[in-house]
Amino acid sequence: MADQQFETPAFRELRDNPPIKEGVMDHSQPYVAKPEHNEPLGFPGELVENWEEKAVAKLGDLLEKNKALRVYLDSCVKCGACTDKCHYFIGTGDPKNMPVARQDLLRSVYRRHFTTAGKLFPKLVGAKEMNKEMLDDWYKYFHQCSQCRRCAVFCPYGIDTAEISMAARDIMDHIGVGTKYSNEIIAKVHVIGNNLGLPQPALVNTMEGLEEDVEEETGVQVKFPVDQEGADVLLITPSADFFAEPHVDGLIGYGKVFHQAGINWTVSSYASEAANFAMFIGSYEQMHKIANRIRKAALDLGVKRIIFGECGHAWRVAYAFLNTLAGPWDFLDPKYPRPQHILEVTNELIKTGGITLDASANDDKVLTFHDSCNVARATRMGDVEGGQFTIPREVIKASVNKFVDMDPQTICEKTFCCGGGGGLLTDDLIELRVKGALPRMEALKDVVDNHGVTHMAAICAICKSQFSKVMPYYGFDMDMVVSVHQLVSEAIQLGTKE
Amino acid sequence: MSTLSIIYAALFYVAFATMGLGLAVKIKSYAMTPSPLKIPVMPAPLTKTGVVFRMAREVAFFESLFKSNRWIWILAILFHAGLLLALARHLRYFIEPVWGWVVFVQPFGIYGGMAMVAGLLGLWARRFLVERVRYITSPSDHLMLALLVLIGASGLSLRFLVRTDIIQVKAFFLGLLRFDIQALPAEVPLLIHLAAVAILMIVFPFSKLLHVPGVFFSPSRTQVDNAREKRHLAAWAAPMDNEREA
Repeated sequence: MADQQFETPAFRELRDNPPIKEGVMDHSQPYVAKPEHNEPLGFPGELVENWEEKAVAKLGDLLEKNKALRVYLDSCVKCGACTDKCHYFIGTGDPKNMPVARQDLLRSVYRRHFTTAGKLFPKLVGAKEMNKEMLDDWYKYFHQCSQCRRCAVFCPYGIDTAEISMAARDIMDHIGVGTKYSNEIIAKVHVIGNNLGLPQPALVNTMEGLEEDVEEETGVQVKFPVDQEGADVLLITPSADFFAEPHVDGLIGYGKVFHQAGINWTVSSYASEAANFAMFIGSYEQMHKIANRIRKAALDLGVKRIIFGECGHAWRVAYAFLNTLAGPWDFLDPKYPRPQHILEVTNELIKTGGITLDASANDDKVLTFHDSCNVARATRMGDVEGGQFTIPREVIKASVNKFVDMDPQTICEKTFCCGGGGGLLTDDLIELRVKGALPRMEALKDVVDNHGVTHMAAICAICKSQFSKVMPYYGFDMDMVVSVHQLVSEAIQLGTKE
Repeated sequence: MSTLSIIYAALFYVAFATMGLGLAVKIKSYAMTPSPLKIPVMPAPLTKTGVVFRMAREVAFFESLFKSNRWIWILAILFHAGLLLALARHLRYFIEPVWGWVVFVQPFGIYGGMAMVAGLLGLWARRFLVERVRYITSPSDHLMLALLVLIGASGLSLRFLVRTDIIQVKAFFLGLLRFDIQALPAEVPLLIHLAAVAILMIVFPFSKLLHVPGVFFSPSRTQVDNAREKRHLAAWAAPMDNEREA
């Protein structure tokens, strides 16, 4: 779909809601996975026979296993509070991108098959059959949800559309309808250990290249170790950090922080991926399998701590799920959070004088910060509520003199998704990605115009890739997006403390 | 004892049993279904006490709805707070002697009834006037509002238009409590009022009214933020730990 034709949405002057335009995103869907993408994950290669019944049966199975699904499908009163909260609705106006309407695609089938009212009076309560038309709608619109949880913040019952769309994707995978993007990547992780399919020699090569670059630039020998047994720290970072811009500048930043703090660290080629794409497809089993590569790597290398690099969904799986999926972590040093975020480490080092930053190194920049959706609404950093908002800002402010926050309605718990999260960061969905970025781009435009902001820092590999790609559509330079540790990297004083 | 009394007595026994059993089954399924993962919407409280406060704010003040949409919030508070006052006023039909605070609340119950109907009409108007809300509205959403407005309006009409023998109404309900069916007055607004309440009770466990128990079981709100400190494991997922290599 490289020839997709669409218009970048215009900035809304008053931030008013778009008028409803039915079916306007009806053509948007990711490439369907082929048998070679599905089968390595144990899913049927293609649409199975009797898929209607099998889909309903899988829904029944999930209802037994997941309280959230059961409660959320029953509790919605259609109050409308969520209807204007989704960035994809704001950017497209397609009514099926209103969170409640998206949920209703699954809820209508639930009602038909699992509730008395839906069995007796389907028309009255909006209960519908699982048929081809419904499956098509599921495939299209459950892949227009980035699982960012913004709707859940505003729902009076905390109904989280992410849970619903994960369930729907899990059901679709079980009848042989998955996305190429996610399933191909997950299969790669099972075999090679990262989303990019970067094998051990390539990883070593990349990291050596970084050592040379840093030494050339700073004159300091900063190590970027791979598979080093007996290291204290295992760094788990999104594989995009190994090569993509601006991600890699963040990785250089982590290396400098570890170097300056005297922390003995390594990455693992076996578990060389922080992002656990199985979350996107709602598969507990796949998520468990990927997460346990980290456990094995930690045991094999004999590390005492696990630290995660900048990545939003990865930090959700790490912070909120890793103890469940791959714990208990009783073999790690209990003095440190298990696992820990690189920003927690850096912030602590700044506070205790373990590293010294010279913020004037970034005086050519005026920064703002994009709270990544999954960090903001699904995780925490530090030991107080809301640390996921304060810690990144503290680190940025220690690295940069000029910092401005965007509109309070678009940051912290109310932050907007970048538009590319939840397994949608694929070129076949570029129209959706551009349109979904609208609310964030509007908030950025405000601070650029009114406060002279030159750069937007992010702490998620997906946000960084997505913004680099879509910002030019809105007239911004793609280099405006930076890693937080890129700022740290510029400001850190190497070798001044002995 | 008239046929009418018997029909209404039977109706209320059926309504009470349906609502009680239906809710018990639903609440049991909510309580027993495991949560495989920790999914509180952050920032979330770090302690159970914190969660109790979060839920109290949510249930008493509709905190999230307040953040979300001021119009829905005002109308929802009008309706729910009004309903609460009206229900408190109605307690006098089920207790003898009537408790002091129930006596005190009597006049406020009337204002509650008015607020309730006003809130409902506002919420109903949104279903026609706001394009987005119109799109997500099913016939059952209109019927539910119609039923609630009917209950409120018929109740208010018993206060302001057609008075009934409330001493006898009370005798009827006290009688139901001890399985002794008493005569029920036959004013039409009363019969409409009571029939509508019984229907509401019957549909309660099969409808979106399940948001009442549901809100207390919503993992995104009820979970404590302690995933790193405490391992959370669902029974169905636990055996998977044996399959891992390390």
